[in-house]
Amino acid sequence: MGHGGGGKLGNELVEHLFLPAFRNPALENLGDAAVLDLGSGRLAMSTDSFVVQPLFFPGGSIGALAVNGTVNDLAVSGADPRFLSASFILEEGFPLAQLAAVVDAMATAAVTAGVRIVTGDTKVVERGHGDGCYINTAGVGLLRPGIQVGPDRARPGDVVLVSGTMGDHGMAIMSVREGLEFESQIRSDCAALNGMIAEVLDEAGLAIHAMRDPTRGGLASTLNEIASSSNVGVEIDEMSMPVRLEVQSACELLGLDPVYVANEGKAVFFVAPEAARRVLELLRSHPLGREAAQIGKVTAGHPRMLVARTAMGANRVIPTQIGEQLPRIC
Amino acid sequence: MKYLTEFRNGEIARSMAREIAQIATRPWKIMEVCGGQTHSIIRNGIDQMLPAGIEMIHGPGCPVCVTPLELIDKALAIAAQPGVIFCSFGDMLRVPGTDADLFQIKGAGGDVRVVYSPLDAVDLAAKNPDKQVVFFGVGFETTAPANAMSVHVAKRRNLMNFSVLVSHVLVPPAIAAIMSSPGNRVQAFLLAGHVCSVMGYWEYPPLAERFKVPLVVTGFEPLDLLDGIRRAVIQLEAGRHEVENAYERVVTFDGNSAAQKLLSEVFEVTDRAWRGIGVIPKSGWRLSEAYRSFDAEERFHITGIHTEESPLCHSGDVLRGAIKPAECPAFGKECTPRHPLGATMVSSEGACAAYYNYGRFISAEDLAGAGSALSGAANG
Repeated sequence: MGHGGGGKLGNELVEHLFLPAFRNPALENLGDAAVLDLGSGRLAMSTDSFVVQPLFFPGGSIGALAVNGTVNDLAVSGADPRFLSASFILEEGFPLAQLAAVVDAMATAAVTAGVRIVTGDTKVVERGHGDGCYINTAGVGLLRPGIQVGPDRARPGDVVLVSGTMGDHGMAIMSVREGLEFESQIRSDCAALNGMIAEVLDEAGLAIHAMRDPTRGGLASTLNEIASSSNVGVEIDEMSMPVRLEVQSACELLGLDPVYVANEGKAVFFVAPEAARRVLELLRSHPLGREAAQIGKVTAGHPRMLVARTAMGANRVIPTQIGEQLPRIC
Repeated sequence: MKYLTEFRNGEIARSMAREIAQIATRPWKIMEVCGGQTHSIIRNGIDQMLPAGIEMIHGPGCPVCVTPLELIDKALAIAAQPGVIFCSFGDMLRVPGTDADLFQIKGAGGDVRVVYSPLDAVDLAAKNPDKQVVFFGVGFETTAPANAMSVHVAKRRNLMNFSVLVSHVLVPPAIAAIMSSPGNRVQAFLLAGHVCSVMGYWEYPPLAERFKVPLVVTGFEPLDLLDGIRRAVIQLEAGRHEVENAYERVVTFDGNSAAQKLLSEVFEVTDRAWRGIGVIPKSGWRLSEAYRSFDAEERFHITGIHTEESPLCHSGDVLRGAIKPAECPAFGKECTPRHPLGATMVSSEGACAAYYNYGRFISAEDLAGAGSALSGAANG
């Protein structure tokens, strides 16, 4: 697909700068976590930095996000997350009470996710050089024996499942961001997915070909990435994508498309067709997957492209977003 | 929430498309004026549902797209100044000026902020008395009342550190310009529903009469658009040329009179340059004498702007409806949303971006192998 003009901003940085500089087999997979073979077993390792503003938002905080984000990256790689590191970059003058609240949220999230924060670091930068508080977490987990999931393993015929409604986190943040405040009941879906994913893998591990948590860039970016890595096409039915009414309304108001809006407590599964129904039922029986839905499938046609069927019965290509979505004028 | 899904019913849409196919006995070319309608038509594939003879021509109603390059360069120059907080609607940020865009100005240290309401910019001015707060007030009649209100409120609160860079444009003169242009192909218009929610449609009967052209006030949802198209085709087939309201749940003949009163107080009609089209007489608004001191152009006196449009870009032809985006030689090659040459590729309402983002550059053959979920499309 020469017309696509290659990857988009973030991907280009990875492909043209980081990958050539650091190239090695563990990195090249570009999964959510690197898989490291230690001889005695396989370890997954992942890291993520958190710079969200505001630090506290409906349904979560930077602290909860920092734990759950890394836990989820490990979990969708097929690993059981175990240990996390936590590094803080604090702006001079950041109120101690706020830091305590952030740390408290991290501790609670770690307990809920069943991981331990075992090492950390703190740096303070001059006032004006940071946005209050940045957090980096890294995590390791043990890969389940026999599980082979990866963004390059989706194959034609696979069924695409999502574990719940799309766009909750992004719109929750948007609703409290300076300059865009609007009244809403939208809460972030920020949650640790390792428990739900473990149940799926226990039950149907070999049928799961790829998993991802559709965070920044939303479902569209995740599906495009997997389509690209696996060299397959992905088709989704727009009508079957679960979206909360209030999220849809807020998106309409701002001229945004929920397919591009971030999630922090949802997973996408590429599942062998014969297991799809069982996995869907399993997801729906879990508290975090009650609104799980089958949204599409993998095709051999239009490789590396995501195509949606609209309510009108027409098709539209959903490309990877360039940078952030911007609210429209009218 | 009402009105979110009622007007997106695929089954009703298909039956309306069939009705249009039955009514139409020959080809007709209909222009939707508003970029929001273009976006909706392409996103939902309305054009694919229409009978082959009914061609939708995409109009110039994308405010970001028609804002002149010179004004964007002025915005960039103002935003780059120290002590300025430059506020804009989001989709203005990526519009390329001659050398940069607002994102790059922001990256280089300029204080550029996205606001959703111009009144938020007024609040910023109140909170930052030591800064100059400038709002980039672009748009058609739809965004004008809020922009007018911001200036009105700033004056009442005596916030002399607030100003607006105004580039307001008006729909009726644009329709007159399109109908008068040599080689015009447009035979009917879908009027922009949200513009009419503010202005009503009392301005339009003289236009319908003068150019013998049907004008149908139309909304933005799939069923709204199909109803507008249906009514336009019925008029064309009957040889009528009337102003008709297909968006009655929102639009009245008189419009919002409180908003119109404010607009006539804050703004006055002026000649305005449209990017890609040129100067259209009496086609815009500028701040009236009483509010002139809030005009950012007067306050900042930016001079020495030298603008240069890309020689490869045919966005003017696209905005006039002379060519479809994919007919531009640069489309999808030199010009993509990542590296836009013209504004129609930047704004999500721009016709080029709509075509690109929804894959209208992909040939039917490329999509043909797509499998069962894709059959049933492109059946016009």
